[in-house]
Amino acid sequence: MIGTWELWIIILGLGIGSFTLRFSFLGIIGKRALPEWVLRHLRYTAVAVLPGLIAPLVLWPAATGGEPDPARLTAVAVTLLVGIITRNVLAAIFAGAIALYGTMYLLA
Amino acid sequence: MASASSKSAFWKGFRDGAPFLLVVGPFGVLFGVVATEAGLNIMETMAFSIVVIAGAAQFTAIQLMVDDAPTLVVLATALAVNLRMAIYSASLTPHLGVAPLWQRAIVAYFTVDQSYAVSIAQFEKTPDWPLRRKLAYFFGVVTPVCPMWYVVTWIGAYAGTAIPPEFALDFAIPITFLAIIAPLLRTVPHVLACVTSVVLALAFAWVPYSLGLLIAAFGAMVVGAQMEVIITRRAKA
Repeated sequence: MIGTWELWIIILGLGIGSFTLRFSFLGIIGKRALPEWVLRHLRYTAVAVLPGLIAPLVLWPAATGGEPDPARLTAVAVTLLVGIITRNVLAAIFAGAIALYGTMYLLA
Repeated sequence: MASASSKSAFWKGFRDGAPFLLVVGPFGVLFGVVATEAGLNIMETMAFSIVVIAGAAQFTAIQLMVDDAPTLVVLATALAVNLRMAIYSASLTPHLGVAPLWQRAIVAYFTVDQSYAVSIAQFEKTPDWPLRRKLAYFFGVVTPVCPMWYVVTWIGAYAGTAIPPEFALDFAIPITFLAIIAPLLRTVPHVLACVTSVVLALAFAWVPYSLGLLIAAFGAMVVGAQMEVIITRRAKA
């Protein structure tokens, strides 16, 4: 484990760096209108970042040593299905959690 | 009238953000536990959650510090994980960019996965909301989520004992994000962007410093935008 000085450099560096990333466009662009082609791309940011962020966690969960896991895959399918049908985030989370624990219980 | 609609927007945001307590709760406790086990004291652990306020990057940094990675590599990798925040910032700009600088700075600090995802979904549904209403909604979403991040980090750090792996808390994040994404899949370009993101993220998972995710996100945005152009052109023809 690293020393105290390095730890505080990491905490402050990460804090300043993260704030800079978050403030970048919001702070600099401000009132200026963005061109239509930029807006068109930005409409897809959420569906472009979040699925990619979780895809490896779904297929190769660290908790199972990177092996695909039936309980987790079932939970994914149920969450997605309930989310698409109900369009309700909370309902999808609950359904996914029940599917995860249910499948883990049945397979145990 | 404006203040009444701002007030109702705040509480609507609060209600929409509140379910994420279920996710932020276990995730923050887990961070507290992991950080304490890595040798950080309570003040250092709390500083992490208050100064950085980004779960995935915090976990990345702790993991690399445990692996004795050089300070620069820890910083570069954790910031790479957080590069998506710049995309969130760009995406919020058309909606909140006209706010005064100090308000934009506060919005920036509180731009996290949950506050972004919930807010942008609402703003895309109601793009005509005036600025005050959008800001009120954003801070409504933030209110139950972010202060709780500090509280649960403290609980985890204080408890300091490992949560049994049977609870599969690692899966709290994927399930939440999926639940957010599913209702957004309302057009063909959105579905194609989502599929592209998954395929590219897996194909480029080997790229170091989480840069594969940025490649995937960029590719998926281009696919979504191009598909939209093609469909609009066909509709006109």
